[in-house]
Amino acid sequence: MSALLLAEQILNGLQFGVMLFLMAAGLTLIFGVMGLINLAHGSLYMIGAFAAAGVAAATGSFMLALMASLAAAAAAGAIIEVVVIRRLYARDHLDQVLATFALILILSEATRWAFGSFPLYLDVPDALSGPVVLPGGIEYPAYRLALIGIGLVVAVGLFLLIARTRIGMQIRAGEADREMIAALGVDIGRLYTLVFALGAALAGGAGALVGAIQSVQVGMGEPVLILAFVVIVIGGIGSVKGALVGAILVGLTDTLGRTLLPVLFGAFLDPSQATAVGSALASMSIYILMAIVLVLRPTGLFRVA
Amino acid sequence: MTRVSALSAATLLVLLIVPLVAWAQGAPFTITLATKVAILAMAGVGLNIALGIGGLVSLGHAAFFGIGGYAMGILASHSQSFTPLMEVPFLIEGTKSMPVIWLTAVLAGAMAAWAIGALSLRTSGVYFIMVTLAFGQMFFYFAISWPAYGGEDGLSIYVRNSFPGLNTLDPIQFFGIVYAILLIVLYLAHRIERSAFGLALDAARQSEARVRSVGIEPYRVRLLAFVISGSVTALAGALFADLNRFVSPSMFSWQTSGEIMIFVILGGVGRLIGPVIGAGVFILLEHFLGGVSEYWLIYVGAILLGTVVFAPGGIVGLLAGRRGQHG
Repeated sequence: MSALLLAEQILNGLQFGVMLFLMAAGLTLIFGVMGLINLAHGSLYMIGAFAAAGVAAATGSFMLALMASLAAAAAAGAIIEVVVIRRLYARDHLDQVLATFALILILSEATRWAFGSFPLYLDVPDALSGPVVLPGGIEYPAYRLALIGIGLVVAVGLFLLIARTRIGMQIRAGEADREMIAALGVDIGRLYTLVFALGAALAGGAGALVGAIQSVQVGMGEPVLILAFVVIVIGGIGSVKGALVGAILVGLTDTLGRTLLPVLFGAFLDPSQATAVGSALASMSIYILMAIVLVLRPTGLFRVA
Repeated sequence: MTRVSALSAATLLVLLIVPLVAWAQGAPFTITLATKVAILAMAGVGLNIALGIGGLVSLGHAAFFGIGGYAMGILASHSQSFTPLMEVPFLIEGTKSMPVIWLTAVLAGAMAAWAIGALSLRTSGVYFIMVTLAFGQMFFYFAISWPAYGGEDGLSIYVRNSFPGLNTLDPIQFFGIVYAILLIVLYLAHRIERSAFGLALDAARQSEARVRSVGIEPYRVRLLAFVISGSVTALAGALFADLNRFVSPSMFSWQTSGEIMIFVILGGVGRLIGPVIGAGVFILLEHFLGGVSEYWLIYVGAILLGTVVFAPGGIVGLLAGRRGQHG
């Protein structure tokens, strides 16, 4: 294992991590403000990816495709919030799980009906299709580097939005005491729809961005959703900072586990066995990380009190 | 007889009569459908012990269902290839005997439920849902990436496992075995609900502080309930694998967890007979809507959404009247 390869894997882990952050940030905000567990967040990721693939196929422009993914996911999120989710805030978590599980079934099958079962492909924009040479002689795909950059910029933007703007103040107030800010004259229904649409847009954008390096297909959202849950359990519910730290931890653990564990077992097992044991253990690594956090800090690393 | 127990008796009677009539008319496919309903109902009865009585919203019961399935798959595959499971430190051979497989599935399910439960029950509410879902997914990825037992492709078992004195390849005899186990499991669940342990579990859901104040530790009661719940679902998983003579990682998938939960909810949370009705309705929907449209899950989603939003008591609640709301 060369240092070069290791550096590349660390970048891959970071890229995976910041994309997970886009999913987890929306989920954790929605939970923090509305107290809602939203299983259909993965469907919004999928909707973003499909919207991008559709627009890219029609116009050939990646920028337009990305815009379309944000708009489609935010619109879908706002509609879902107004039609269904709104009725669930006062319900217990079980009802929320079931209703949003039902939404997954409806949205997935509707997408399958509209686009078919075959995966679609979204091309990386031409300007970013080649590799870039980083200091130290690492050749790394420009697009993945751009994803890391976009993810970090969005993270900073989200922190500023929450810490410095009027909307952010209302979001923080909503997390602290819902009834009170409603009593103070903030239109709480509008705030909820806004937060839900914001979370949806983050998920949809992530779907489009990741869709260009993987395929776009029905069911792509749920594995990412479950990883985002792991991120939230590690980071602590309601904390955007926790989501960022958790996402990068999960991204690095998963990527490095897949690279390093087979090599590690190769030291004392024969190669085929080492690959088998190593990859099986690597597939469990992030859940083991979650278990450790649960033992040490059951409410996550950055729980908002 | 109350309306609920009349409904329970009627449901179990229908589940018995339909395959018997199908047998008399020579319609083995209907018997297989009824067997599937009975097995999935059993998985739901398992979840209902944790969810209905204890209020533990586990979205990870696919882990136990899959473990039961793989207990069957691993033992039977070693038996059909005549290779021992392990030789050191002592010899363990594969087996085709159903009772041995069931016992293994129950024990393996109990152990997994103990490990997952001990970690997950440190949390509650929405954390518990996310953590159980995540641990379920861990088993899914493990089953895919572990090549020894088929990996992504799963394991095929060519001949159904055996039960002393019966021909399990005959659909009606296999149904008889499954139905008898379902009755036993329902009886156990009923006894648990009425026992001191069940009352403590129910009380821990309603008021944790009061339970603690009378000297009962809610964590231990819940952990025991989760272990029982997981082992019942694992038993159902072993039977499900035997019905299909096939196990694959899809038994571990999050959709499986969601479906088991749908059985419980469609029927009615915390109702003994709920999962049987829920599983029956689900399989009927799959059978009939699946023939109408390739996208039948849209309708299932719409029905589920309607049930949650408009009929929170499930089908039993609609037919037999609402009772205390579960939290």
